[in-house]
Amino acid sequence: MRMIRPSLLPERDVTPEALFLRRRQFMQASAAFSGAMLFGCGEDTAARAAAPAPSLAKLPNIIPAPASYRTDEAQTPYADATAYNNFYEFGTAKEDPARNAHTLRIRPWTLAVEGEVAKPGVLDIDTLLKQYPLEERIYRLRCVEAWSMVIPWVGIPLADVLKRFAPTSAAKYVAFETLVDEEQMPGQKRSVLDWPYREGLRLDEAMHPLAILAVGMYGNVLPSQNGAPLRLVVPWKYGFKSIKSIVKLKLVERMPRTSWNDQAPDEYGFYANVNPRVDHPRWSQRSERRIGEWNKRPTLPFNGYAEQVAGLYKTMDLRRHF
Amino acid sequence: MQPATLRVAADPLGGRGRLEASGVGAVLTKRALVHAAVVALALAPLAWLAHGALRGGLGANPVETITHTTGGWALRCLLACLAVTPLRRAVPRLAVLAPYRRTFGLLAFLYAVLHAATFFALDLGFVFARIAEEIAERPYVTLGFTALVLMTPLAVTSTRSWQRRLGRRWLTLHKLAYVAAALAVAHFLWLVKADLREPLIYAALLAALLGARVIRAATFFE
Repeated sequence: MRMIRPSLLPERDVTPEALFLRRRQFMQASAAFSGAMLFGCGEDTAARAAAPAPSLAKLPNIIPAPASYRTDEAQTPYADATAYNNFYEFGTAKEDPARNAHTLRIRPWTLAVEGEVAKPGVLDIDTLLKQYPLEERIYRLRCVEAWSMVIPWVGIPLADVLKRFAPTSAAKYVAFETLVDEEQMPGQKRSVLDWPYREGLRLDEAMHPLAILAVGMYGNVLPSQNGAPLRLVVPWKYGFKSIKSIVKLKLVERMPRTSWNDQAPDEYGFYANVNPRVDHPRWSQRSERRIGEWNKRPTLPFNGYAEQVAGLYKTMDLRRHF
Repeated sequence: MQPATLRVAADPLGGRGRLEASGVGAVLTKRALVHAAVVALALAPLAWLAHGALRGGLGANPVETITHTTGGWALRCLLACLAVTPLRRAVPRLAVLAPYRRTFGLLAFLYAVLHAATFFALDLGFVFARIAEEIAERPYVTLGFTALVLMTPLAVTSTRSWQRRLGRRWLTLHKLAYVAAALAVAHFLWLVKADLREPLIYAALLAALLGARVIRAATFFE
């Protein structure tokens, strides 16, 4: 067990939350106003902002996000980001994970790294936390269902972790797997998806500095419903690519199977880059609803990270490789 | 409990009250009260939505909550409406349910209008071109919108005077309720990502109701 001494808590963790809540109230008030124009109703913003203080342990010594890895947009209230989740291992309704994820045992937890690597191995989550500096990243999260959030993650660049295991020249893709355990993840008793949940990235995508393995959010340890103790965050792709509660990474030569692509290959591609010009076959991806707002806003190519990541795909037809 | 006696005693118009002492008036009143209570109950989700929209109790995505709640109740009321006649026929004592067919039909229409209005206003910003595009290009929207369009003449002609005016044709016209329900179930099935349980329950209920009708028609023509 790793102890977290309160004296290690950086000062900067205290103020920004109050600040963002105030800015958020203004944003909500203006959004609610446009909603009220149509519906004659508004939201009690004070009630939403007064979310319960995060009850999970604070993470110490977080390196603040540099400008290129942070957005100044209003952050999603902690209460919303932890109560509105897609994590089918705990049920298919948005409120199910927050209700059911308490059965997940997040210690002991290990990450197995295998496949095309010179130094395969098993990494304990506490070793990972001890050996790597924790970095803050404030990213937009765009769900394929056309809603979005802004979340301050805490994590480690995926590239740093991968390098430790020395991928061989044959490694072209990284395959990720979530835990499978019906007892801990009661949603797995139903075969809504083919468990375990699987995801994958091309190696150059995985090595991109925006891609992180997150261990926390809002300065605290990740809540179980958000993918504790270790999850992927790839902000330029639809949320389902950011696989939760990871137990295995496998470096492979061929494009790996991924869960949603298996489930509906015509609807969820392997790349799943946020793209307002390529609609989901059933619904439009042109706009999105930022959680906390009434009206929709336009969706940005690569979720607003085009400058950093568009180069990875410059020779590809993004309509075909959606 | 003796509501009839109580009512007579409390009736300021003594003479009329005496006539109703037979109990007929009291039963009618009781029925009307139950009917009003059922309507109030069916409108409770709407009250909850209005309260939640004003006070912030609709969760992280209130628009989605409004859309899903109004859509769900539109479908449930429509199925309740379609269940009235088969139930009346199967259980003679349930003949009293007759007026509920219209009630649930109108409630279904109300919820369907609110459901569509939420989508048009908050998802599409009331931009006519976008609304038209969504209806034309997204099959699930096409189905849902068609169901609403079909329900509109049914709601308009739901009055007794329209029933008289149309005669037998009224019954034929109102068979469209089954088509609307089938479209509504398909609309729901079409937009679910992976978990089909809830729409499949509605599909099964609708199939049972249609089945009851088909069996009756078959035996009738034997």
